[in-house]
Amino acid sequence: MGNVLEVKGIRKSFGPVEALRGVDLTLQSGEVLALVGDNGAGKSTLIKHIAGVYRPDSGEIRLDGRKLDLLSPAAARDLGIETVFQDLALADDLSVGANIFLGREPTRRWLGILPYIDNGLIREETAGLLKRLNSHVPGKAKSVARLSGGQRQAVAIARAIYWKAKVVIMDEPTAALAVMERQNVIKYARELAASGAGVIYIGHNLVEILDVADRIAVMFRGAIVHTTTAGETSQETLIKYMTGYHDKQAGAQRPEQEREKRHV
Amino acid sequence: MKDASPRTLLHNLPVESYVVAFTVVLWLILAVTAPNFLTGDNISNMMRQVSISGIIAIGVLCTIIIAGIDLSVGSVAAFCGVLVAQLLSHGLDVPLAIVLTLAAGILIGALNALSVGKLGIPAFIVTLAGLQVYRGLALLISGGMTVGGLPPGIKEFARGSLFHIPNLFLTLLAVAIIVHYFLSFTRTGRYLYALGSNSEATRRLGIPVFRITLIAYVLCSGLATLAGILLVSRLSVASPSMGNAYELQAIAAVVVGGASLFGGRGTVLGTVAGAILFTTMSNGAVLLDVDPFWEMVLEGLLIALVVYLDNLQKKRLSGV
Repeated sequence: MGNVLEVKGIRKSFGPVEALRGVDLTLQSGEVLALVGDNGAGKSTLIKHIAGVYRPDSGEIRLDGRKLDLLSPAAARDLGIETVFQDLALADDLSVGANIFLGREPTRRWLGILPYIDNGLIREETAGLLKRLNSHVPGKAKSVARLSGGQRQAVAIARAIYWKAKVVIMDEPTAALAVMERQNVIKYARELAASGAGVIYIGHNLVEILDVADRIAVMFRGAIVHTTTAGETSQETLIKYMTGYHDKQAGAQRPEQEREKRHV
Repeated sequence: MKDASPRTLLHNLPVESYVVAFTVVLWLILAVTAPNFLTGDNISNMMRQVSISGIIAIGVLCTIIIAGIDLSVGSVAAFCGVLVAQLLSHGLDVPLAIVLTLAAGILIGALNALSVGKLGIPAFIVTLAGLQVYRGLALLISGGMTVGGLPPGIKEFARGSLFHIPNLFLTLLAVAIIVHYFLSFTRTGRYLYALGSNSEATRRLGIPVFRITLIAYVLCSGLATLAGILLVSRLSVASPSMGNAYELQAIAAVVVGGASLFGGRGTVLGTVAGAILFTTMSNGAVLLDVDPFWEMVLEGLLIALVVYLDNLQKKRLSGV
């Protein structure tokens, strides 16, 4: 399997603060890559680069080997990079189907002249998708406002699956969910990967991360300090890297990095 | 599976059904208490009355769906009514005068949309200013006087009817059908609801948010202009003070008809039903010889009730 996404040497500063200090990352189709790190480690800044919100000061991002020159989140979405945000990009007053198809509604023409939205097709496709996700989302609900947090995640993920996103960024998708619903979201993430997307999963709960991820990348102070497969690591190891403790142990061999840190 | 208990059924009824039921009850009461209510004259009079307020309300609906508002519609109707009358009294052809006036109305809508969408001024403030500005302009271009001496062509329209249905009411029906089609069946129409529902999500999905805003405000001012022209046709003269407080009636009709002032919800059907309810109320007040001052009080109370209902709906939606 090839790399769907390659991040090479990305640097970004906000004024005097160096938020990203040369990040390298690869993502393959069909895998879930978890991104972990303490608050302020640079996870959000990194994914905002991938989602087209920020542009790097230097370095590059390649999608399917092609260099990305993203100007906006909409451009990223057109190329197949979907983000499932914490605060969910759903329009509350629209139905499940209308949300999945929002911005890309199929239309037909009445008598060959008057265009109208093909709600029949939307209903059909939505029912199929929800069945596939096995999500217990009431597909006929008039609006998504009454759905639970997990059900809303399912709608957002159904959207990514239907539009065959190449890269899906899930930004702390379980942060506000009940325990039962967390399991569903993990299931959806696996389903997404099975559909051929590369999934970047950001989270804080390490038990959950070890459960959902194929690979795990640990960020610390604007750089990826450790990459491992989920089967070969443990919570203790991850925490060591997340807190920089591991770095300190190795500090004797890397004095220049130690000096750099003191300046931050 | 959802249970189909009567309570659930009641909760799932469209909001429009309440206003329709209330109006029908009011009709029954008036039919019994006011002998002149169910006469042909009175009914066609009500049809003419509801047409103008209904057309304005349908325009305001479009702005409320995107979580905006337009308080300037009454003044715009007056200004454009006076404008078309002035153009006509200066000898312009009827079609040309109407086209020019509609163009002015569309320009007003575009200005509103620019102020809201590009300059980021709240719609409430922009259109509150418009309410004052266009009333002032109506007084200016009429010199504060009623403009009369209009050609017969313009007066005929409001008097005419087709199969006993007044032309004005037919115009309302045409506007209602077109805007209903737009809102319920086109992609752009659906984006109005999306924008009012979650503007940030709509932007993130790459939907042209400003274009949607522009369409909503242009539709609103355009329909207010059309209503102003029809009002001149109905009154045979243009007065700078006409259309006073129409914005409040329109907003009330929209919200009574199930729209939310927070955006994202509302239908043409509900709005027209709301407009019919308010017209019935004021008609009934006249027939039952209620003091017109009391009518104002009643209307004001109804608007308060409507805002309360809006909050209630919001709670209902969040499942409380």
